[in-house]
Amino acid sequence: MSSTADPSTPATQVASLPQRTNVKRRAAKEPLLDRIIELLLFLAGVSSVAITLGIAGTLVFESLAFFREVSLVQFFTDHLWTPLFADPHFGIMPLVSGTLVTTGVALLIALPLGTIIAIYLSEFAPAGLREGIKPLLELLSAVPTVVYGYFALQLVSPLVQKIVPGTPAFNMLSAGIVMGIMIVPYVSSLSEDALRAVPMLLREGAYALGANRLITAVKVVYPAAISGIASAYILGISRAIGETMIVAIAAGTQPNLTLDPREGAATITAFIVQASLGDNPHDSIGYKSIFAAGLVLFLITLSINIFGHWLRKRFREAY
Amino acid sequence: MNAERTAITHADPASTPKVSPRVVGPFKAEVRDVNFYYGQFHALKNVSMPFVDKRVTALIGPSGCGKTTLLRCFNRMHDLYPGNRYEGEIILHPDQINIISPKVEPLEMRMRIGMVFQKPNPFSKSIFENVAFGLRLQGETNRRVLADKVEAALKSAAIWDETKDRLQKGARDLSGGQQQRLCIARAIATEPEILLFDEPTSALDPIATSRIEDLIDSLRGRFTILIVTHNLQQAGRIADYTALMYKGELVEMDKTVAMFEKPSFKLTEDYLTGRFG
Amino acid sequence: MDLRKLVERRKLTDRLFAALGICCVLIALLTLVVLMGDLARQGLSRIDWQFMTSFPSRAAARAGILSAWVGSLMIMLVTVITAVPLGVAAGVYLEEYAPKNRLTTFIEINISNLAGVPSIVYGLMALGLFIYQLGMNRSTLAGGLTLACLILPIVIVATRESLRTIPSNIREAAFAIGASKWQVVSHHLLPYSAGGIATGVIIATSRALGETAPLITIGALTFIAFLPPPPVMSEPPFVSFQWLHDEFTVLPIQMFNWVSRPQPEFQVNAAAAGLVLVAMTLSLNGAAIWLRYRMRKRIKW
Repeated sequence: MSSTADPSTPATQVASLPQRTNVKRRAAKEPLLDRIIELLLFLAGVSSVAITLGIAGTLVFESLAFFREVSLVQFFTDHLWTPLFADPHFGIMPLVSGTLVTTGVALLIALPLGTIIAIYLSEFAPAGLREGIKPLLELLSAVPTVVYGYFALQLVSPLVQKIVPGTPAFNMLSAGIVMGIMIVPYVSSLSEDALRAVPMLLREGAYALGANRLITAVKVVYPAAISGIASAYILGISRAIGETMIVAIAAGTQPNLTLDPREGAATITAFIVQASLGDNPHDSIGYKSIFAAGLVLFLITLSINIFGHWLRKRFREAY
Repeated sequence: MNAERTAITHADPASTPKVSPRVVGPFKAEVRDVNFYYGQFHALKNVSMPFVDKRVTALIGPSGCGKTTLLRCFNRMHDLYPGNRYEGEIILHPDQINIISPKVEPLEMRMRIGMVFQKPNPFSKSIFENVAFGLRLQGETNRRVLADKVEAALKSAAIWDETKDRLQKGARDLSGGQQQRLCIARAIATEPEILLFDEPTSALDPIATSRIEDLIDSLRGRFTILIVTHNLQQAGRIADYTALMYKGELVEMDKTVAMFEKPSFKLTEDYLTGRFG
Repeated sequence: MDLRKLVERRKLTDRLFAALGICCVLIALLTLVVLMGDLARQGLSRIDWQFMTSFPSRAAARAGILSAWVGSLMIMLVTVITAVPLGVAAGVYLEEYAPKNRLTTFIEINISNLAGVPSIVYGLMALGLFIYQLGMNRSTLAGGLTLACLILPIVIVATRESLRTIPSNIREAAFAIGASKWQVVSHHLLPYSAGGIATGVIIATSRALGETAPLITIGALTFIAFLPPPPVMSEPPFVSFQWLHDEFTVLPIQMFNWVSRPQPEFQVNAAAAGLVLVAMTLSLNGAAIWLRYRMRKRIKW
């Protein structure tokens, strides 16, 4: 190139001219376009609220129809739940007990297992091993719950029957155990994130006093991460309460007011599935009872989530 | 920074000892030819120096000079991270234990040597349990003894008056300066043989800093204290002895007054007069 | 010396806990292995061309999963097409546009609560709202929209997290040369966060693919012995949306149906269907893990 022109050759000036007008024109148009886009994005953001309203509205609306026929007293005190029978009873407690028992069994498995795994991965395992194990554990939550249901009924239940003789094929213990294993990665992954977010400085404070790893983890790191760990537990609990297919397949379909995990019993979710499989005309009490059960389920998980928010706020630590 | 300064003794007579003869025993600990590596990085190079029993020694030097690295050798903090390697000896008197020997148990050394960190790091526990933590670790379970020792430690750390009515309250609700004094109480509750301070006032305001300095001053005579600081005035105010480090090597160690008044090495003079660092 | 004994005991508890930790990890992972192994042992021999290309049947040996896997694909198509644009837009709004006010806080709390709502409750909402109030059929469209509502929170959260990892100096640099907000978002932020969003979308799709309960509540059938009309035809008007309005079944429902039957031959079918289903969800998750791993290696801000 032999061009020795100075920086402000006519050529560059000319080239910049149309651009400048272009900039002006676009700048004038942009605010309108931007505002339209912003409005669309805002509507998308609000869509989640619409879903919540849809859920709450539908549940309340259909449940109101249910409670016009069934009194709240009967709903909470009757010991039988047989809305589809000729002689219908509408006591929700048998379904609630089924949900509580399966959830309890699942949590007895998931919380200790998940917590130990989280502490092990965060405080004991070398970094390479941790990065390898984490995705593998996440695969556990990628298995569809209907497959877990099959597993609980076909493999775990016969095993449970061998260990605890006299247990029926459909029992809450098998369903709860499998549900617990399924929930482990939810608990361990979030707990581990919370543990790892605790600054090294705090660990060093304990180590400098001569603490070993376990004491440092349990007495210093775990309490410091309690807000995040509580979230993990809350997630696990609400997963267990809302879990449907495992219990629908393996825990049994008969509402049964019992706290004995060896027995079979329907949960709230299992009842909804069971009732949905049949034909329930829109105005039937069977149809309405699905929504009443759903409302109870929704309120239980909602209050647990709200409790979780409160816990997080209460115990949040700033570093 | 000039090239000449990288060679420490370049402008000085080779006969001048790095550790001044004014630094005399009894020694609590002696560092002998210590080399330390973070993986491939050679962080301490043939460092040798003594630490006088029950006196305050300051480690000073520009950032990256290895002063904190040396400090953390004393309680084997480097063992917490993979890829670190020690060479040489740090002899702890009177037991003649080589602190950095692989045969020596880091947990035991940490029980015997206390440490206070750059930023206050109280545990998410009550004030009482923070101070009792080290005592419990050493197997103390008697509640009477625990209560007495916690009280004594809080008094020694000059924080008793502020905390005696709220011992069961969370430690993290205290102010920054109070938290750091609590951490000092936590460290001295077990009567460690050596107390390590890693820039203990760098996160504090001037008033809180001067309280910590007064506190360290009051602990002189009870503990052998090593303090890392990049604040020369602080070293001048509280240290009996001062060691200047540079690029992983010891430049000079002397009585603080002597070194500040008349450094033996050109590099020390340059650092003290603010020509680099 | 007493201290030394104490230290030795503590080190022993450390080792014991590490062993316990490994055991717990193994329990979890072995469950996965045993589950997969059992599915394969029961169902692998059942998977063949006939199984993949047959409709359900009352005779276990002649039954297949053709309408189920086609239905699953159709449902996923509807779900992804609706949930992804909506979720990404909502995520962009909340992360880049939303003012710090009560409404925004409310939306955020609402999203985190939605993520905790049991999936079957979404099914009830769809049953009451889509089927009865809006008068939709128990169709592919209704099913797809139901699952779209279900995974919307996942997509929103993934989008926000992905946008949050982009340092603010990228935004400032773009604004500094006169870009409008939307230009910054569309030219810079969305391309940079595409990987993270894609990972979230894949995870969400895998979740939707395995969902059974909400589709049962809206009344998806288990016995569908026909395929939906193809969306493209050889005669005018060439495209058909009839498939959206037809009844459907999906793989998990087909499997549930077989699991619920007492005859052992149907359990074999269930295992085979489960194997196909798990293969699909696990490969989706594997893809997500791989994508995340590659992004972490490539992007260094």
